[in-house]
Amino acid sequence: MLNASDLGALYLTFKVASIATLLLLLLGTPLAWWLARTRSHWKGVINAVVALPLVLPPTVLGFYLLVLMGPAGVVGKFTSSLGFGTLPFTFTGLIVASVLYSLPFVVQPLQAAFTSIGEQPLEAAATLRAGPLDTFFSVVVPLAKPGFLTAGILGFTHTVGEFGVVLMVGGNIPDRTRVVSVQIYNHVEALEYTQAHWLAGILVLFSFSVLLVLYTVLKTQPVAHPLK
Amino acid sequence: MLSGRFFRPLIAAWLVSLAPTLSAATTLAAVASDFTKPMNEIAIEFQKATGHEAKLSFGSSGKAFAQIQSGAPFDVYLSASEKYPLELEKSGHAVPDSHFIYAIGKLVLWSATPDYVDGQGEILKTGTFKHIALADPSHAPYGVVAEQVMESLGVLDKLRPLFVMGENISQTYQFVSTGNAELGFVGLAQVIDVNSGKIGSGSGWIIPDNLHSPFRQMAVLLRTGAENPAALALVDFLKSPTALAIIEKYGFGLPK
Repeated sequence: MLNASDLGALYLTFKVASIATLLLLLLGTPLAWWLARTRSHWKGVINAVVALPLVLPPTVLGFYLLVLMGPAGVVGKFTSSLGFGTLPFTFTGLIVASVLYSLPFVVQPLQAAFTSIGEQPLEAAATLRAGPLDTFFSVVVPLAKPGFLTAGILGFTHTVGEFGVVLMVGGNIPDRTRVVSVQIYNHVEALEYTQAHWLAGILVLFSFSVLLVLYTVLKTQPVAHPLK
Repeated sequence: MLSGRFFRPLIAAWLVSLAPTLSAATTLAAVASDFTKPMNEIAIEFQKATGHEAKLSFGSSGKAFAQIQSGAPFDVYLSASEKYPLELEKSGHAVPDSHFIYAIGKLVLWSATPDYVDGQGEILKTGTFKHIALADPSHAPYGVVAEQVMESLGVLDKLRPLFVMGENISQTYQFVSTGNAELGFVGLAQVIDVNSGKIGSGSGWIIPDNLHSPFRQMAVLLRTGAENPAALALVDFLKSPTALAIIEKYGFGLPK
């Protein structure tokens, strides 16, 4: 069965995923809104940057983060000068890495939802003298609700499933950076296959149930990449 | 026919180019990541001497062990410990009694910062560092030995909260070389300057053997390689003076 360090890893994983998803929705919403509305030449570039974590091996992201957030890196020097120290091997570092890693899984569904609303509801709101913020919260958010749900669920589950990045920047510290995926890997490496089975089974069950809800109850289409 | 006339000489040329490689065979070896540098050099010398090619797969000894048990197509396994090769002989995945010690591992307490680690390891008792890196003792032999050293010095309990653990010794080196961990336990081969025989950069303490149990690294011929001439040749070559010279150059002890 599960021991204390397995439970610790599970708790940590869901904590990281919850905080990262919250931050992703906060940061991803304005970004997705801008991407859905803008005609700027930068749109293509920003779209590509947002999609990068989809195609890059996690080791690339993890390696760059380790170097950039380390004491000799640009980000590391910045966080040190603010008195925070360096981010690798810390819970905060894990959150930063997770947000970057799961960014496309939140921004893309939101962007698709915003794009599909079209001009008409916004123009109708404008003729009723609704300000931009009022329009966004009274018109856009309700219409894009399935997009928000998809974004939240995908962001959360994808963060739960992250491995390569955490392995590179986390340092495998119990209760601080040792998430479930790393714990499973440790069990396999140490030939503790029973322990590995328990945790792996829990993850499979969890991920399947969440995706089932996503695709049956919410009726989301499996492919929704607004790369156009 | 145009295509026939055109392709026949090409095919002939390709067959001719293939001919020398037909007598030479290829073998696939799973190698503990601490042995990366010497093994790359040994593989080059091996090809020069025998004509055979050794393809190398580096990683943690524990992972290779699990993969071999699940039928990975490795012919030779160079582990960082004695435990795994002996297990494989017992379970029938390795050729009985084919195991041999190929090197003695040397551990270094190393920092990327010059003059940080002193020559006696006093820093372990007095230092004010925030992180100390080691390979994960639950499966990496270097981590096990690193824990023994801290235990011998009576600092294990004090330092445990500062541990950051690499999945294997290469990743541990990465944590220290990027400065994210102020210091850590790595393999001598990773930090040695082969020309001078001393630690190349930063600062380090080569840990005396009496602070930990003997760090014998064992290799074994696997069942899949039992009939492969290149695998048999590689096992022999690892015991040759050429290979032993390379092993020693990278700071490993030699089998007695």
